[in-house]
Amino acid sequence: MNPPSPELTLADLPRVLVGKVLSVEGSGKFSERLRELGFCLGTEVRFERQAPWGGPIIVSLRGYRLCLRLSEAKLIRIEGMAGLGGIG
Amino acid sequence: MGKSIHLALVGSPNSGKTTLFNALTGLSGKIGNYPGVTVDRRRGHFHVDGKEVHLSDLPGSYSLHAISEDEAVTSKVLHGEMDGGIVPDGVVFVADATTLDRSLPMLADVLHIGRPTLLVLTMVDELKVRGGDLDLFKLQTELGIPIVGVVGNKGLGIDDLRMRLPDFANWVKPETLPDRNTEARFQWADAILQKVTRHPLSESPMTRRIDKILLHPVFGIVVFAAFLALFFQAIFSWAAPAMDLFSGWMNSAADWVLATFPEGLFADLLADGIIRGVGAVVVFVPQIALLFALIFFFEASGYMSRAAFVVDRVMGWAGLEGRCFISLLSSYACAVPGIMATRTIPSPRDRLATILVAPFATCSARLPVYAILISAFIPDTQVFGPFTLQGLTLMGLYVLGGVSAVTFAALFKRGMLRGASLPFYLELPPYRFPSLKSVMLQVIRRVRVFLKAAGSVILVGSIALWFLLNFPRHEAPADMSPAMAHKAQIEQSYAADIGHALEPVFDPLGFDWRINVGLIGSFAARELMVSTLAQVYAYEGGDEDFAGFSDLLSRPNPETGETPMTLASAIALMLFFVYALLCLSTVAVIKRETKGWKWPIFMMGYMSAVAWLAGWIGYTLTLVA
Ligand SMILES: Nc1nc2c(ncn2[C@@H]2O[C@H](COP(=O)(O)OP(=O)(O)O)[C@@H](O)[C@H]2O)c(=O)[nH]1
Ligand SMILES: [Mg+2]
Repeated sequence: MNPPSPELTLADLPRVLVGKVLSVEGSGKFSERLRELGFCLGTEVRFERQAPWGGPIIVSLRGYRLCLRLSEAKLIRIEGMAGLGGIG
Repeated sequence: MGKSIHLALVGSPNSGKTTLFNALTGLSGKIGNYPGVTVDRRRGHFHVDGKEVHLSDLPGSYSLHAISEDEAVTSKVLHGEMDGGIVPDGVVFVADATTLDRSLPMLADVLHIGRPTLLVLTMVDELKVRGGDLDLFKLQTELGIPIVGVVGNKGLGIDDLRMRLPDFANWVKPETLPDRNTEARFQWADAILQKVTRHPLSESPMTRRIDKILLHPVFGIVVFAAFLALFFQAIFSWAAPAMDLFSGWMNSAADWVLATFPEGLFADLLADGIIRGVGAVVVFVPQIALLFALIFFFEASGYMSRAAFVVDRVMGWAGLEGRCFISLLSSYACAVPGIMATRTIPSPRDRLATILVAPFATCSARLPVYAILISAFIPDTQVFGPFTLQGLTLMGLYVLGGVSAVTFAALFKRGMLRGASLPFYLELPPYRFPSLKSVMLQVIRRVRVFLKAAGSVILVGSIALWFLLNFPRHEAPADMSPAMAHKAQIEQSYAADIGHALEPVFDPLGFDWRINVGLIGSFAARELMVSTLAQVYAYEGGDEDFAGFSDLLSRPNPETGETPMTLASAIALMLFFVYALLCLSTVAVIKRETKGWKWPIFMMGYMSAVAWLAGWIGYTLTLVA
């Protein structure tokens, strides 16, 4: 078994590159919207690119690309994918 | 017999609903390759087998739980909360075949409403190109509803779809549906897709390659800036000769009228009020067409979302988000659709902040004014490569509009509209290249709108100006030359009274009474500034060796040696136009979108103040320099 990894969120994706969604924090309309965009349990999310100076990130999931700010990405808890996580 | 049928197009943003709507109804709703193009319901109808089908095109949404005004329209229509309680007879759910993983869960929500539903799969062409393969027959069985596959933009499958629409009563309904909670709907969709996918999609390699350049932190911005600079230079290099040519024609036409018709007020009205006044604006059709072609290309290609990504840091500093940026970018064509596009912004504060600054974006109505003033007063010196001072000045004015919009939005967001931003997300669709034909069609459509304005507001305004300039009548002595007689007439007209009355306000900006008259006209529409200048100054140059209208503004009067305008007052006027809210249609749309007079009045106030200040600074600095 792998040692339990520290809590990751989508904001860590630039580092871990690929992750699987665990949950979306919160229960407001916007958390719900993030779920409806496809951030559901087990959904694989890949890092595409980040704008410079801590700008927004582009991720791909479910066959499409989405641009998110880091502040929103922090709402989405992920786990790194075995073998791919922990780069950098 | 003919009870009419009501159907609604529902689906994710950018799934091709409006494309289908246009293909079915023959109308021309706006299409673009980014989320948030359609912000209001639009209705059309057509006949199949003698039955009348009414179709509503709705704003796209990722969910029936609306978080912005455009999305609210969709859920209201579906739940019969609009149109006095009419619920659509059937729902046409439009889904991009390449992103079914995301759209089927929403379909489940729509199916829960219980209306007969047909699934249309668009982008079937892209699915094939990207190597995807779906078993449509099996998908139909799994979902339990009818499916039609189409390539909307090429018209493939549309006839088949059209035939199926009146038959909504016989569309099969699903037997089982997942729970309404989001996780359950996604699991349901994933399970179905696993069964029907014969081959998964590969990525669009073209999109990846283009994004590598356009989203690169350095090259992306360099390519964008170079492209824009070249574009403005092209508008300019092309504008000057075409303008001179057209205005030469207008002048000949006016002369012909004066020579052909019996001398008198009617001939004057026709020649000066109509031909010169409206003609001065119509002359700009080629440049405006070019500008619209560029904006349409941005919208249709998928670059809008990318631009929002690239500038997000700046927008974040201003306290705004990507959708605000897209609205501002749309305002560069015209503030009216730009302000309507703010309906996609979930946060009411961000939305208001965007509306408050959208008119600073350089709309196409300013182009004639800028182009004339620049070609009259800014030297055509080469700066580097193909760029001249004139082209760069034009670009500078466009950039100034955008920078000012963002800066003022930042001020508002830090002041009266303070508050945390709502979360922001934006889909980046694959690049799609519009056919030359669709670009041409859009451009022709926009030019038609422009000409319609020229034929209505500008025509009426120009005629009104003519009356103000030609009454009360001033009898010229018989030995006076016609040009001098005209001048004397204008100087004692009602227009002159009004213009002189405004002198205390605009003297510090170097505007003389003639420009003041133009400013009054500009409140109806900015282009009337050009009409006014054309009417007022056309006589002063006399008829000999006419070298274009812009030349009249800078040519010294043979008697007094004074030029009608100076460089300083031209700069002041351009800066005034960057900031002033001079457009009745914009005021009307602001009133409608903010539901009252409070904000339009506030905007007229603050924008006039800023415009005056900018004009004064420009005038003073130019005189000093
Ligand atoms: N390749 C392809 N492109 C399509 C198809 N249908 C629509 N498009 C393009 O997809 C984009 C979005 O279309 P639009 O009708 O505005 O989508 P809406 O937001 O759902 O109304 C536009 O660039 C269309 O030209 C299709 O069947 N195939
Ligand atoms: Mg649409």
